[in-house]
Amino acid sequence: MSLSSKEEPLTLDTFVRGIWKENPVFVTVLGMCPTLAVTNSATNALSMGAATLFVLLCSNVLVSMLRKSIPKQVRIAAYIVVIASFVTVVDYAIQAISLQVYEALGAFIQLIVVNCIILGRAEAYASRQTVLNTAVNSVGTGIGFTLALLCLGVVRELLGAGTLFGARILPEQFQPWVLMLLPAGGFFVLAGWLLLIDWMNIRKERRALEQQGATVHGQ
Amino acid sequence: MGNESLGFIFLNALLINNFVLAMFLGICPFLGVSAKKDTALNMGIATTFVMFVSSMCAYGLNWLLVKLGIEFLRLISYIVVIASAVQLVEMIIKKYSPALFRALGIYLPLITTNCAVLGIAVFQTAKNYDLLQSAVYSVSAGLGFTLALLLMAGLREKLVLADVPSIARGTGMTLILAGLLSLAFMGFAGLGGGGD
Repeated sequence: MSLSSKEEPLTLDTFVRGIWKENPVFVTVLGMCPTLAVTNSATNALSMGAATLFVLLCSNVLVSMLRKSIPKQVRIAAYIVVIASFVTVVDYAIQAISLQVYEALGAFIQLIVVNCIILGRAEAYASRQTVLNTAVNSVGTGIGFTLALLCLGVVRELLGAGTLFGARILPEQFQPWVLMLLPAGGFFVLAGWLLLIDWMNIRKERRALEQQGATVHGQ
Repeated sequence: MGNESLGFIFLNALLINNFVLAMFLGICPFLGVSAKKDTALNMGIATTFVMFVSSMCAYGLNWLLVKLGIEFLRLISYIVVIASAVQLVEMIIKKYSPALFRALGIYLPLITTNCAVLGIAVFQTAKNYDLLQSAVYSVSAGLGFTLALLLMAGLREKLVLADVPSIARGTGMTLILAGLLSLAFMGFAGLGGGGD
């Protein structure tokens, strides 16, 4: 997230940081509402991720194209209208492709409009960078979001129903944890992932410190 | 769907299907501004007010859109109307009650991107509520949001004094608390049986 108005060169980092270093769900903790609400099965998580990726890409590319002609005072309103148009497209498209998915995701497709990830990217990135950079960065962020949704969806479906993408994985004798499919389960699984990531970061920091200490001792 | 009693709508939106704890709407402010009880209360009141105003606007707007046969513009017009309603509310409060404006000031613009506000408009349309039902629905959902925010703020104020393992100091712990609250709210599920 570069705060200066300079355009950055297109590097691999433009793409990758949305997936790992600035993962919208696990690191910047944005877009929590769909993350928790639609991840009760892996299929739902994947469809939501794909829908968000599409809106993120299209709207940010358009915002980037228009970045010189949108007056600064009304930019947020302009972004929102652009995002809302693409969400409407996705809403009708999903309805046409699969009614089952549409019913499972329900109103949450329309609520992509207020997903802070999209507006955040438009404001912090697309309004300052070239179209190509924006497209690459949006796809990276979208993939990061989809992966995070899948992380939650897979755990919740596996433990809550013993299935994965609708196919049975765990044996019939497995007693499903219905809790995982309920709202509370969403909070717990996300908390678990965040704790795991915090633990990994702390361990990495400690190891780096120890290494630093070792070189100091060696001298 | 449009014939639910007002009492049922009230209980349903306040407790059984609490917007934050059961439907995951408005999680961002729920995690963001729930560190202190008084800010949580102010945020809750401001959101409830905006939810009521935008719910009423959305009702009128939907009537107009259906009449003109252009329902596909619903989402775009809702979000524009909500954003303008927030601006309008902000200006009115600033003019008539500077004290309230100082208390709510910074929270008002944030509410535009609160999914609970758009959620209200989308759900009341999906459920075909009439004007009175929409009004009750938006106010009780707002109160439910305030309740969840207050409970969470109370828990987090206690948590500051607790001895938490170092890896769980961040958002993880807050989410575990939210999960426990959500579990507790599931106990209200039985209340819904009699009202329908």
